Amino acid sequence: MRETPLSNCERDFLLKGIQEKKRLDGRQTYDYRNIKISFGTDYGCCTVTLGKTRVLAQVSCELVPPKDSRPTEGIMFFNLELSPMASPGFQSNRQSELLVTLNRQLERCLRNSRCIDTESLCVISGEKVWQIRVDVHVLNHDGNLMDAASVAAISALCHFKRPEVAIQGRDVTVFSPEERDPVPLSVYHMPICVSFAFFQQGSYLLVDPCEKEELVMDGLLVLAMNKHREICSIQSSGGIMLLKDQVLRCSKIASVKVSEITELITKALENDRRARKEGGKFGFAESIAKERITVLTREEAPLDTTDIQATADGIISKADAPPEVVPSPVIVATGTGQVGEGLENTWGLEEDDEEEEMADVTERKTKEDEVMVLSDSEEEEVVILNQDGRSKRSQR
Amino acid sequence: MELDINSPVLREFGSEQSLLSKPDGSATFMQGDTSVMVGVYGPAEVKVNKEIYDRATLEVLIQPKSGMPSVRERTREQCVRETCEAALLSTLHPRSSLTLVLQVVHDDGSLLACCLNAACMVLMDAGLPMSRLFCGVTCAIDAEGQIITDPTAQQEKESRALLTFAIDSKEHNVMMSSTKGSFSMKEMQQCIAVSQKASERIFQFYRDSVKRRYSKIL
Repeated sequence: MRETPLSNCERDFLLKGIQEKKRLDGRQTYDYRNIKISFGTDYGCCTVTLGKTRVLAQVSCELVPPKDSRPTEGIMFFNLELSPMASPGFQSNRQSELLVTLNRQLERCLRNSRCIDTESLCVISGEKVWQIRVDVHVLNHDGNLMDAASVAAISALCHFKRPEVAIQGRDVTVFSPEERDPVPLSVYHMPICVSFAFFQQGSYLLVDPCEKEELVMDGLLVLAMNKHREICSIQSSGGIMLLKDQVLRCSKIASVKVSEITELITKALENDRRARKEGGKFGFAESIAKERITVLTREEAPLDTTDIQATADGIISKADAPPEVVPSPVIVATGTGQVGEGLENTWGLEEDDEEEEMADVTERKTKEDEVMVLSDSEEEEVVILNQDGRSKRSQR
Repeated sequence: MELDINSPVLREFGSEQSLLSKPDGSATFMQGDTSVMVGVYGPAEVKVNKEIYDRATLEVLIQPKSGMPSVRERTREQCVRETCEAALLSTLHPRSSLTLVLQVVHDDGSLLACCLNAACMVLMDAGLPMSRLFCGVTCAIDAEGQIITDPTAQQEKESRALLTFAIDSKEHNVMMSSTKGSFSMKEMQQCIAVSQKASERIFQFYRDSVKRRYSKIL
């Protein structure tokens, strides 16, 4: 399915609005849309909604051999996916230009800024390290995917806990969460991307562009920054010329936005930690707004099972030719199953026949050896087996 | 043979519809901690090679939480697609495409059942014509032969057999079944009977949610 294109009227309308400092959703130039961060029941699972844009991030880990060049460092792997749910223009498992740019930007923002202590992920130097995999799924595309993805990824990384390991000589024991408490990753700082859209060759600037604004923009500047006002990555795309002042002004705006977002993430993490500690309810099921008209929930309740026995018996008795004995299934070991009683294998017999035949053929061949020349041709083989054919052949 | 049903329960369940702005219909369905989000696009234009001249082409995609979709997702996709095809009146939209995208948000058992329920909610939200509604119920038979409805991931792991049924709302018949492990005929009939009972509650939930959406009072 194709993306809905933007008409010329819409384009003109949007640009005119931007010139008059008006935005489609009533925001001011430097306003962010509402950000909501919620965590799942799993460690390292997080959804972020930025206005109508929605992303889901999941962190997972596994033990792998390290890279030869860095034997004492864990591996960080980022994978951003544009699910076809997010927009009709996205196709699953196809590398689009947008996907590559977003993935690259996410890597630059989170891996190259060294915000995660990768050395603490080493288990045995040169043999086993933790690979931390971050999957970011875009669920709904309403512009500014980069900011939403970076917030989701860093929140999920802060929320994630990996299993505790013990090393005895060369043996590595991985403990389940029940045996030993899992350990969080050591996060040095939280880089967050802030996007700026430029219009009319850089004369107008908007923070956090929505999808329609992204379609009419001339250039995009993505700044990744942490709350200590350190720039982690900076990327300008769209081929616009920016003045030094413009970039500096953007970095000033970004520093304000980043400190706000960082505070939001810390608060969300704190809330989740408290809910888990107090044994209260947590997870996505708790984070949906129950007062909405489109939301409905039902409490856990037992089922009435009074006449189930009768129904089941009724159906079985009515069934055609019920088997006289219903053998209870035999389980050799957990996870195995068996179909039928196991009859004699008839496959072997056929094979034997074939072998006999083959032997026959070779015998006959040896007999005829003086008369004819053996060849690989199929036709000739048939001739050998067929008596009439053989006589004809000898006549020839 | 005595029936060993230790008062089966359905975990608390809930849903939200129309939560995404882009798709034509969207819903999320939660059963206990298991949660699935779905978006549907369509009826829309279809690729020529997938075009069917007398009905709509239905495509179902299941995205796992981490990693790439594997064979397990493919089988689930097929189960969901075939159930939806049976319920949808796709002849009303010939030469068009319907795309159903399911995102697993959390798996804590009964995932296929949750996918089916979410799929039905999303088709209702998108307002696609259907001849009947459907719902999914998972039953697990544990080592002692007890039937557990709506099992958690832990219960699934400990079970001897796992049966998932799609039940239709008209006659409460079985539309699809997916089973794993070994069980007797009697046990299967009991599971179907339990699922039919459980389906009534889910259909009542569908009815209530539609009523709530289109009423003016909360």
